[in-house]
Amino acid sequence: MFRQLRTALRTGIATEPVAAAGEIERVGARLASEVARLFGRSLAIRQVDAGSCNGCELEITGLTGPHYDLERFGLRFVASPRHADCLLVTGPVTRNMAEALRRTWQATPDPKFVVAVGDCGRDGGLFRGSYAVVGGVADVVPVDAVIPGCPPSPAALLAGLLEAIGRPRR
Amino acid sequence: MNRLVYGVIAAMGIVAAGLGGYGMAGGAGTLRLAWLVPLGGLELTLDPLGGLFLGLIGLAAAPASVYGMGDPDGGGRGRLAYAVFVASMCLVPLAANTMTFLIAWELMSLASYALVLHDRESEESVRAGWIYAVMTHAGLACLLAGMLLLGAEVGSQRFADWRAAAPALAPATRDLAFVLLALGFAGKAGVIPLHVWLPLAHPAAPSHVSALMSGVMIKLGIYGLLRVSLDWLGVGPPWWGATLLVAGAVSSVIGVLYALVEHDLKRLLAFHSIENIGIILLGIGSAALYRVAGLDALARLGLIAALYHTVNHAAFKALLFLGAGAVVHATGTRNMEAMGGLIKRMPWTAGCFLVGSAAIAALPPLNGFVSEWLTFLALFQNTRLDAVGQNLVFTLGIASLALTGGLAMACFVKAFGITFLALPRSDAAAGAHEASPPMRLAMLTLAAACVALGLGPTLVVPVFGSVAAAILKTPPSATGGDWLTLRVAGEFASLSTAAIAVALAASLLVPFAAFWILGAARRTRAYETWGCGRIVQTARMEYTATAFANPFKRVFDFFYRPSKRLDIEFHPESRFFVERIEYENPTRSIFDDWLYRPALELLQAAARAVGALQSGSANQYLAYILVALLLMLVLA
Amino acid sequence: MIASLAVALVHIAVVGAGAPLLIGALGTLKARLVGRRGPSPWQPYADFRKLLAKEVVVSTTTSWVFRATPYLLVATSLVTALIVPVATVRPPLAFAGNIILLVYLFMLGTFFLALAGLDAGSAFGGMGSSREVAVAALAEPTVIVAVFALALRADTIDLGRIVERFGSEPHLALNPAHLLAFAAFFIVMLAETGRLPVDNPATHLELTMIHEAMVLEYSGRYLALVEWASAMKLFLFMTLLANLFVPWGLTEPTGPVAVLGGLLALAGKLSVLTLAVAVLETAVAKLRLFRVPELLAGSFALAFLSLMAVFLVR
Repeated sequence: MFRQLRTALRTGIATEPVAAAGEIERVGARLASEVARLFGRSLAIRQVDAGSCNGCELEITGLTGPHYDLERFGLRFVASPRHADCLLVTGPVTRNMAEALRRTWQATPDPKFVVAVGDCGRDGGLFRGSYAVVGGVADVVPVDAVIPGCPPSPAALLAGLLEAIGRPRR
Repeated sequence: MNRLVYGVIAAMGIVAAGLGGYGMAGGAGTLRLAWLVPLGGLELTLDPLGGLFLGLIGLAAAPASVYGMGDPDGGGRGRLAYAVFVASMCLVPLAANTMTFLIAWELMSLASYALVLHDRESEESVRAGWIYAVMTHAGLACLLAGMLLLGAEVGSQRFADWRAAAPALAPATRDLAFVLLALGFAGKAGVIPLHVWLPLAHPAAPSHVSALMSGVMIKLGIYGLLRVSLDWLGVGPPWWGATLLVAGAVSSVIGVLYALVEHDLKRLLAFHSIENIGIILLGIGSAALYRVAGLDALARLGLIAALYHTVNHAAFKALLFLGAGAVVHATGTRNMEAMGGLIKRMPWTAGCFLVGSAAIAALPPLNGFVSEWLTFLALFQNTRLDAVGQNLVFTLGIASLALTGGLAMACFVKAFGITFLALPRSDAAAGAHEASPPMRLAMLTLAAACVALGLGPTLVVPVFGSVAAAILKTPPSATGGDWLTLRVAGEFASLSTAAIAVALAASLLVPFAAFWILGAARRTRAYETWGCGRIVQTARMEYTATAFANPFKRVFDFFYRPSKRLDIEFHPESRFFVERIEYENPTRSIFDDWLYRPALELLQAAARAVGALQSGSANQYLAYILVALLLMLVLA
Repeated sequence: MIASLAVALVHIAVVGAGAPLLIGALGTLKARLVGRRGPSPWQPYADFRKLLAKEVVVSTTTSWVFRATPYLLVATSLVTALIVPVATVRPPLAFAGNIILLVYLFMLGTFFLALAGLDAGSAFGGMGSSREVAVAALAEPTVIVAVFALALRADTIDLGRIVERFGSEPHLALNPAHLLAFAAFFIVMLAETGRLPVDNPATHLELTMIHEAMVLEYSGRYLALVEWASAMKLFLFMTLLANLFVPWGLTEPTGPVAVLGGLLALAGKLSVLTLAVAVLETAVAKLRLFRVPELLAGSFALAFLSLMAVFLVR
């Protein structure tokens, strides 16, 4: 217990400023105005795995650690779509997950927006055209922004999310 | 016909309540009919304590009878037994001598026995009736022995003479009489470990009868305990009160523990009766102990708490049994696992049951809270006693009352939540219908009583105070406080449920004000329950009552001693396909295993041993008689 | 009358507005202790503001119990705020029932929240309800016995008067019985308010949830109310702990200066306590669910020992 506390105190704050410029593809004009006004200071994210290889999940997990620390921007992951403002969807949408994704979207209270993560989320990526895959996230639910990459790095994810809610970085 | 009979009984109840009120107000009266029965004749006397219980029986019988009008179980043979049952209960608190008392008591037992057996086809009812008959007559035997002992020592069968002669009796006689009478009355009250009949017998009867059995009949056991510990035998030694207190602590905790793992709705309520009897005993025990120490004001407080809880329990337990009856009638089962979703199908019953649940869980500002608060206060002031042993007994009472409060809350979350909320778990529950108008009227009346008793302690407590003063033979003190606030024991503590209710109501507006000021969105959208994106929701996905109670089963496994049985039937061709799974996780009763079974085995062994004497030979029997005669001559 | 109304408003304002800050500060401190920059202490206010702007999605399975519960929860917390000596030793509703009322008011909230958890018919909600009532039921005896031990030594069960008595006679507070009761109450506070090691407020895994599992169905303004109420519950429990066991700084509400002094003292005490909770939550892991009763039994044993110490040393 004390060793852990001592280490934490000696190390100090390990969080680094967001460096890389966000690579984000906006879909539609909704993001800039309404979302920025509403969610600029508080954004609850529900992550949905619609059939991902878990590469993107690994990078997303990195966001909660000391290095990237997304909580400093008022962003946080929540356990239920009822609590969420943003669905962070990874992976090509498989046939088995399409209905679940649709229901998750329905279960999320308005106003809400959807961010598709990774190349697979954009258009099915590597798995495009497979018999088991419906396609990108946009083929199932309306997508407001895409963060490309295979997988996108935590820095890119963070920058993309901040871009999406129009929040200045610090 | 149904309506007429039950209407007459309801009217009788209201008359009894009026008479009881007259008695509580100090009105006294005696009725003697010496020729009617032998051994002292019929004698009835009205005094404040008797008046309180008479009024209670009357007030509970009225809504129960109204409910009976609308209850399809109420017809036929049961009507006569019900009338006798109510009438004999009214006689018990009025009886003024042994003969009258025992006749009324036995009539009450027999009538309720007949009502327990109303479903003669069911093996369960027959077994319940059998155990009830055995336990109630064992209790009667104790009462008879105790009363005859006192009658012989005092030289009179009149209770008033006992009261006068009690201080002069030998301590050993008084102790013996106390033990015998207390055992008899505790058996009727369902005090642990004499409770075994209660959870079997109460659910077997029709619901308006269960309401009266749990609401008032077992209270006559309390009535008897009050008479024994505080009235007939004078001021007893401290161990009387300490015994009652410990019995109360044990009964309250164990009663609620059994209720937690019980999923038969009516039996769950029956177990809660044991718990509440325990809470009442905490008040009585503390009153007895304070009285021995000469702390009259505190003794009065303990007694007020006990009497208040007696009345409260009658109100909410009758309400809950009537509600359970409506549910059982609508779904055709008493098993909670087959219910659910009834709040949408029976909104009135659900609302009344919710009020009853909150009241029995002692949630403010309802009536259960007021009497538990008073009981806590009575127990808290044990610091005025300068005896560490007694302080420890009180501390046990405090801890068990607190634990009981928490567990009762948990149990009624289960009882209400599983029965009334979410999706119906069976077709019967899905097709349930609302109770008939008389049943609804009865439930609404009792729910209103729970609210009124909760909000009006400043009006009710002085009434109980005068009754308590009459029993303890102390001058009635002016209870502190004003119309809004009840003061207990000077500055020690005060209570105002009315203020709580107003504050709660006002606070309910705060969120609305905040929404208005901050401009909250008003849109509401209905969508299915979140289940991680699964396609359908069925009742089989809901939490069951068994699962709900499981944490308690694990925490108190030393008490429940649960066993597990898992039975899986596989498909004949592959073990990967399961055809049927049966899972059982039954608990065992330590009282059956460690008390009643050994006692019965002992009895049987003794009977077998004595059976050896019975050879069938007349010569041998003559020899027995000779030996007996010789022995008597020698001893004489 | 006017004065006590003013005190009532101060209590409600302090508890209602201070509770989100307490939660926020706890979050910031915990983040700093693991080397993160962490959210701003003001984050909960932004969260509530946002939740109010959102629509509410209500399950079709639910009844009015589900919709009434958030309001009732807030109401119980606000009424409790009028019983706890927050700013002065004369809380406005102290006359209405005191510590026993306080315990049972929290139970009223738990009762309805647990029912709401069952109302949607989801297995998560039922699981949360079952666990929440188990923890609440097992924690109750400790609260009552610990407070009784204090009441015994202060010779009153009025919370305000207990604070006053210990404040004027500090030697009473330097007593083993006092420390034992403090430890017992501290554990119960963690259990009742769903903190580590009993419950993890930040968990995303439904199977480990207690409080969170019950509120999974809530959204929008309902969620804001539920979260606000549980923040107030934490605030009130910590205030109780701070003011009962470290009673200095509180006085009778003789004027604005006295009330302000009480509030400043409270702010100081709560800062220390918040830091303690943050350190504890950083250092310990969540207990397995079925080890929690052992912890609660331990806290009861501490409370009982405290009581014994009072009886025997008397």
